[in-house]
Amino acid sequence: MDTISTDVAIIGAGGAGLRAAIALAETDPNLRIALISKVYPMRSHTCAAEGGAAGVIKPDDSFDLHFDDTVGGGDWLSDQDCVEYFVHEAPKELLQLEHWGCPWNREADGSVAVRPFGGMKKKRTWFAADKSGFHILHTLFQTSLQFPSITRYDEYYALDLLVDDGRCQGVTAMEMRSGQLRQFHAKAVIIAGGGAGRMFPFSTNGAIKTGDGMAMAYRAGAPLKDMEFVQYHPTGLPNTGSLLTEACRGEGGILVNKNGRRFLQDYGMGPETPVGKPQLKTMELGPRDRVSQSIWHEIQKGNAVSTQWGDCVLLDMRHLGEKTINERLPLVRELCASYLQVDIVKDPVPIRPVVHYMMGGISTNTKAATPLPGLFAAGECACVSLNGANRLGSNSLIELLVFGRRAALSAIEHIQGLPAANTAALNARAEETQVRIGELFSRTDGTESMSGLRKEMMDTMEKNVGIYRTEEGLQEGVSKIHELRQRYRRVILTDKTSVFNTDLFQALELGSMLDCAEAVTVGALARKESRGSHQRLDYVERDDKKFLCHTMVHHQGLDVPRVDYLDVVITKSPPGVRDYSGDHK
Amino acid sequence: MTQMKERLVQLEVLRYNPDTDTEAHFQRYEVTCYEEWVVLDALNKVKADIDPTLNFRWSCHMAVCGSCGMMINGEPKLSCHTFLRDYEGVIRVEPLAHFPIERDLVTAPDDFMEKLKRVKPYIIPKEKKPISEGEYKQTPAQLMKFRQYSMCINCMLCYAACPEYGLSPSFIGPAALTMAHRYNQDSRDGGRMERQEVVATHEGVWECTFVGACSEACPAHVDPASALQQMKITSSIDWIVEHLIPGGKK
Repeated sequence: MDTISTDVAIIGAGGAGLRAAIALAETDPNLRIALISKVYPMRSHTCAAEGGAAGVIKPDDSFDLHFDDTVGGGDWLSDQDCVEYFVHEAPKELLQLEHWGCPWNREADGSVAVRPFGGMKKKRTWFAADKSGFHILHTLFQTSLQFPSITRYDEYYALDLLVDDGRCQGVTAMEMRSGQLRQFHAKAVIIAGGGAGRMFPFSTNGAIKTGDGMAMAYRAGAPLKDMEFVQYHPTGLPNTGSLLTEACRGEGGILVNKNGRRFLQDYGMGPETPVGKPQLKTMELGPRDRVSQSIWHEIQKGNAVSTQWGDCVLLDMRHLGEKTINERLPLVRELCASYLQVDIVKDPVPIRPVVHYMMGGISTNTKAATPLPGLFAAGECACVSLNGANRLGSNSLIELLVFGRRAALSAIEHIQGLPAANTAALNARAEETQVRIGELFSRTDGTESMSGLRKEMMDTMEKNVGIYRTEEGLQEGVSKIHELRQRYRRVILTDKTSVFNTDLFQALELGSMLDCAEAVTVGALARKESRGSHQRLDYVERDDKKFLCHTMVHHQGLDVPRVDYLDVVITKSPPGVRDYSGDHK
Repeated sequence: MTQMKERLVQLEVLRYNPDTDTEAHFQRYEVTCYEEWVVLDALNKVKADIDPTLNFRWSCHMAVCGSCGMMINGEPKLSCHTFLRDYEGVIRVEPLAHFPIERDLVTAPDDFMEKLKRVKPYIIPKEKKPISEGEYKQTPAQLMKFRQYSMCINCMLCYAACPEYGLSPSFIGPAALTMAHRYNQDSRDGGRMERQEVVATHEGVWECTFVGACSEACPAHVDPASALQQMKITSSIDWIVEHLIPGGKK
């Protein structure tokens, strides 16, 4: 197996991975940087983020207000030292993106424009029409091209971390074009591999979001944190699951039931505000968890619009007018027209909540460091405990910039004065990958179809680990996912050739998703309370006595994982009531 | 509740595996699809239910990641944005034209990636300033001068559509040249003359014969042809300044 020696290996070349690579290259031009990704950087799912990125910039805003919105929005499960660091770094990162050419929308005087977003008390979401993630990703990718010390390994599928002497020292990966295995020996590794939303059947996530980075760290001994917190975005297209950005409501769009009646005021987000005059942090500008849960209840009450894709409510943007829609929501108009044949200028569009984002992930601290020395993580794959139990829209695009950079700086600190690697030991670790992949190819007793297992996993997650959860459903979920992990050992590879074998990569991705799915279900079963996006019909209240803590899930081979807990860091905001009643007292 | 309409779709897909095939061949698949589906949905159903050895790239399913470009009935298209409702009879699916095939519908984009890098697609600041001094002011009108050209998703459909690129592979091509133009037009940028070394050559804009096929193929409405035309005009002005105006060359 060929060996590539480098200083820092980055797994994933989306927003967080690219930001980390640039920070490394800028800080020390002599560092060798290997940027490894299973897709070309501009295919990374950062490109699908629409609404924008939050950062305090306007005179009426403050770091404290952004802090309060984030902590309350996360139902007090955020680590407050992390949030404090984040709100201060956010504007610097957004300005840095501006200096690198990001086409942010502007005010008439040439300053950066901001838009309202759910759960935010001030307008602080920077945006580039409704393609903000796309522009952030391409700005970062194009900027990265000027740094000769960044060597890209595009379409390399990362497989296993190399751990020796108690620290992470590299990774194995397969060059997809040739099927050749390679090992990267590195002084530090940064995982920026994205989320795992594809474990659910109805998701805004692209096909590539299969939790490979999370699972890789988890198998290597780094715990996954708060995995039971899965965000449903309220407004997905009912057939494809495509995202209709929260900016639809930020710009003034309203949600109505089959009777044309708004309903969020019935679920603690009223009183009703006038149509076309959206008020911050109330009604349609409530947080995503609350809005999605309200839609679920409205459907239970029989107030849904029945469509061929299932029960929906309506998102009505007609009153915004064609000019505003074309200027601020052109992608939304195009998506609705193409995939649903609805013109949002003329008609309301049916929507339903859709799996969007994992609050949980590889456990990291405010320095983006995991408990495994030498391993750092940033972006959706990480759980730095910024988002707590519910992420506010527009906090994740900025999270990947702030903590992508932070991971790079921490990696540089880590590699100072490291002892030399034991190459023979790393080679031996890498051989284990070869054996694992070899076994998959040579397996003759396979009985399980890959697409069959994948469907069973998705159906289980939707049925048992959805917006509302129960003890009985979660018990069933835990045992079913555990069973699927055992059966996965007998999965059949149909394609045994070497070049761009997507049968193989889909099988490996399924393995990653099953590991993540088990962490989600086990964490959800153990958390006997309702907080943020984790809602239990049998434990309807938040329980700060028992559960003001992070769920830590530890991989135990093929056995059920071990769960323990870590205290939430509270610095200045004791748990309180989440208030989304606007200025109403 | 109305039921979704189903339809039997016939696909004729180009297959090629360098491990086992000496040449490419077509394979026919019949698959039941919903009428509202896109070609990518049909391919995914084939892969899941009929033939796991069929290979193609895809991710976002909303025409923004640029992964799933392929030739559909001879035209370069994103398969996630090509609707079965617009087709009758057998649908022929082939890898993107003008790029080498890695396997089946997967092509090697190395040439495009290299050319994109050559045009220096990043801000070369007119005047550097630290982050602490805040943003560069840019009016909405200044933004509109380049915003359209910043929408390129790098799907390479324009390269597959471009007859010049097919004939002269050294041509830098529509998307990469458009990206140079995007940065040239940005009020924060001062790097145009640096980019001209690549752009204003016979591998650059002067290779373009203004067929306009790129703009027709572009799924993101970037209109590369208009970018190239504007660049020819500015390059001509450069030439006039340099050669005809006394003292014009600084």
